[in-house]
Amino acid sequence: MSIKVDNVTKRFGDFVALDNVCVEAGGGALLALLGPSGSGKTTLLRVIAGLEAADAGTIYYKDENVTSQTARERNVGFVFQHYALFRHMTVFENVAFGLRVRGWSRERIRARVSELLKLVRLDSIEHRYPSQLSGGQRQRVALVRALAIEPKVLLLDEPFGALDAKVRQELRQWLRRLHDELHVTSIFVTHDQEEAFEVADQVVVMHDGRIEQDGTPHDVFEHPANAFVMDFLGNVNVFHGRLQNGHAHVGGLELEYPDYPHSEALQAKVYVRPHELDLDYARGANGSLKARVERVNPAGSVAKVFVLSEEFGIGVHVELSLERYAELNPRPGDTVYVSPRRVRVFVPAAEEGPEYVI
Amino acid sequence: MPDSQLIAARHVSTRVDHPAVRWMLIVLAVLVVGVLIIVPVINVFAQAFSAGWTTYWTSLLADADTRHSILLTLIVAPISVAANVVFGVAAAWAIARFRFPGRTLLTTLIDLPFAISPVVAGLLIVLIFGLQGYLGPWLREHDIKVIFALPGLILATTFVTLPFVARELIPVMEAIGPEEEVAAVSLGANAWQTFWHVTLPNIKWGLLYGVVLCNARAMGEFGAVYVVSGRIDGLTCTMPLRVEKLFQQLRHDDMAGSFALASILTLLALVTLAAKVSLERKTRGELAEAAATKIVGAEPLVAETVGTSA
Amino acid sequence: MATTSRRVLPGFTASLSVTILYLTVLVLIPLAACVMKTLSLSPAEFWAAVWTRQARAAYEFSIGASIVSALVNCVLGLLIAWVLVRYEFPGKRILDSLVDIPFALPTAVAGLVYSSLYVERGWLGQFLVPMGIEAAYTRLGVVVVLVFIGLPFVVRALQPVLESLEVEAEEAAAMLGASRWQTFRWVIVPLILPALVTGFSLSLARALGEYGSVVFVSANRPFVDQIAPMLIVAKLEEFQYGEATAIAVVLLIMSFALLIAVNVLERWSKRHYA
Repeated sequence: MSIKVDNVTKRFGDFVALDNVCVEAGGGALLALLGPSGSGKTTLLRVIAGLEAADAGTIYYKDENVTSQTARERNVGFVFQHYALFRHMTVFENVAFGLRVRGWSRERIRARVSELLKLVRLDSIEHRYPSQLSGGQRQRVALVRALAIEPKVLLLDEPFGALDAKVRQELRQWLRRLHDELHVTSIFVTHDQEEAFEVADQVVVMHDGRIEQDGTPHDVFEHPANAFVMDFLGNVNVFHGRLQNGHAHVGGLELEYPDYPHSEALQAKVYVRPHELDLDYARGANGSLKARVERVNPAGSVAKVFVLSEEFGIGVHVELSLERYAELNPRPGDTVYVSPRRVRVFVPAAEEGPEYVI
Repeated sequence: MPDSQLIAARHVSTRVDHPAVRWMLIVLAVLVVGVLIIVPVINVFAQAFSAGWTTYWTSLLADADTRHSILLTLIVAPISVAANVVFGVAAAWAIARFRFPGRTLLTTLIDLPFAISPVVAGLLIVLIFGLQGYLGPWLREHDIKVIFALPGLILATTFVTLPFVARELIPVMEAIGPEEEVAAVSLGANAWQTFWHVTLPNIKWGLLYGVVLCNARAMGEFGAVYVVSGRIDGLTCTMPLRVEKLFQQLRHDDMAGSFALASILTLLALVTLAAKVSLERKTRGELAEAAATKIVGAEPLVAETVGTSA
Repeated sequence: MATTSRRVLPGFTASLSVTILYLTVLVLIPLAACVMKTLSLSPAEFWAAVWTRQARAAYEFSIGASIVSALVNCVLGLLIAWVLVRYEFPGKRILDSLVDIPFALPTAVAGLVYSSLYVERGWLGQFLVPMGIEAAYTRLGVVVVLVFIGLPFVVRALQPVLESLEVEAEEAAAMLGASRWQTFRWVIVPLILPALVTGFSLSLARALGEYGSVVFVSANRPFVDQIAPMLIVAKLEEFQYGEATAIAVVLLIMSFALLIAVNVLERWSKRHYA
């Protein structure tokens, strides 16, 4: 079932948590609300769930306007950040709760809960209390409890936030698989871009109560809509440059920028991802930045090189493929030339700079 | 935007009960407190003053036995409180600052007088110091009177109010922690200096809170002193005992005297309550302050870790 | 922390000695005297003292009245604690402070005023007595005054627990489709149950030992409204120390059992709900 958030605004006192937000998740989608803390993503999730009433705007489940319905009436599965398991109930009782309040018979509950617990392989620990479970098990119980009521929609608030790295990784894939099996329209909140890109079909980036970008993980990563998104996705070199006469000037680099043909100089920020930079011992054709290698770290799937341009006082992070690294074999102290394969320019005033690719 | 405010505002919607339910419950709660607590308190004063101010003062002051009961309570309560303050501070120091075998047992023992009926407490004292008690013959030989005399009243009152100061101080001292005292000792302070200049300023409101509660109970104690006093007018009748004595005489004048004396005790309770409210705020402040200094102290450490990882 | 401060901080021996000495003189020796006195009775004498018809009636009424008043306190205390924690209304802080009056008011005053409120011409009796509700010099009167004495125990036991209830537990219940009542019944009540039982036990223990207020509102009639502490006093006034002690031992055992039960319960719930 699809979900539509239409022009929703929510204020807490003077603080605007959601500012005219519009989002749409198609039926069966797995959508990630991505943003830094305080961006309004959790508030949006809670408004969708009915845990929070919007000050303005409408929420639709499919074609039904549910804005005035209470959380209870919306039949939504909700997984809380810290799971909110009932600590006085066993795993079984937790999962059965939603069915019990719906007046199901004892036998029907027994059958349904057993089936669900078997599905997620928790049937062997159904008599344990939440305090006797590991973090990953609690997370799975919380999820199954939310799914037991056959919700039309599944909402998850930072579902992996409280887990350690290894368990997180496993549970992400598990959630993805589960979603592929069940096809429940799902929305989850996260501040971790890697998580959003790995799990979701659709990523919505939020900032200061507004939607910055809404698209597929590929779209958002490859074509960030603005400087904030580019910056938030992380691992980026930011240069302060100048636009003039169809060119962008950054340090010693001069790049073509046909979108700004005016002679009047304009300050702009130029963003380059580390893996979109190359190093060479010879000066490149499009103009390149002379720099000295400061640190080299080849441990990992890519080699990380930090170089410093003394002339312009710019430090640059570069990521080389291990093959390229082996070929160049840069050492601290070497003089190298940095050239971008691709840059993005955002004009600060408009914040809506067209992307420029070499 | 302060986070706490945001969170407080955020969680309201699902936890709010229907206004009709809400107001019904509020009205019921006010009604319960009204009938059980407010009406009786007002009634004490209403009955005390029913025959006017003059009668009120005469019934209080013209009666030598009533005057003596007030005096007696003013002697017994402070002595018991003082003894329990010394004990409470010593016990809190031992229990909150040191780990030793039997520590839990000691804490339980301190609580014990709360679990013992005051009448039984009085009986225990009679068993030792009464004429037929274990020390009875010896006391008679040396012409010392405990039961039916002032020492018995003090013993009984002290027993019943024993836990108040210690129970108040132990959690306060545990929450504050020993760091400041350790610092003082490392700077060369002796035991007394450490206590007087470091510990006492930190626990003063908590201590006062314990004293106020202890005093209220000491002045109002009935069952234990009832048993040990023999209720001899003009000799061993404390205020609450005198209230009962006047009440039992079932004469109209005596009832007025009984309520007049009770009104003084009620006033004491109200003052205690007011002191309690303001002291509770101050002890909370004490604890918050202790917590705050600890966080400030930890800050350089945090900054350092951030610095190295960045 | 403790082991290091033990080495560093002064006054361990002195403070512990004062504490132990004080407790020995005031608590342990009197209790020992009680035990000695009891042991000086033969089992038959002991039994004869504690199991007379009058004594049994007194225990029955003591226990019955205390349990009823503690149960009433659970209901009223939950109501008051709930209202104080969950709702905002004018006069809330005053109401909160007033709950402590039974702690601060001398029991004799409570007894005095309760004995006159419910008589036929009393403030409340003038409405209740015509309806057939007699709460002066009756068993009902004893229960009512015990409710007054024990009320703050339940309220003060519940308040912090209600305040610290996780918001999410209630939200989760609502998301799973529970009504407010279902949430209260199946989520909130089980979570506050340990505190409620603690409040109940404290209120019960206090009621079992209460004397000062009951002596005013009870007519002290054996088999009717005489409670166990009153029987002890009666025995003492007849100088029957042995019998008085025997009955006191029964009362002591009941209070200690309650005290232990509360401790066990608190430990259990800490382990269970941690």
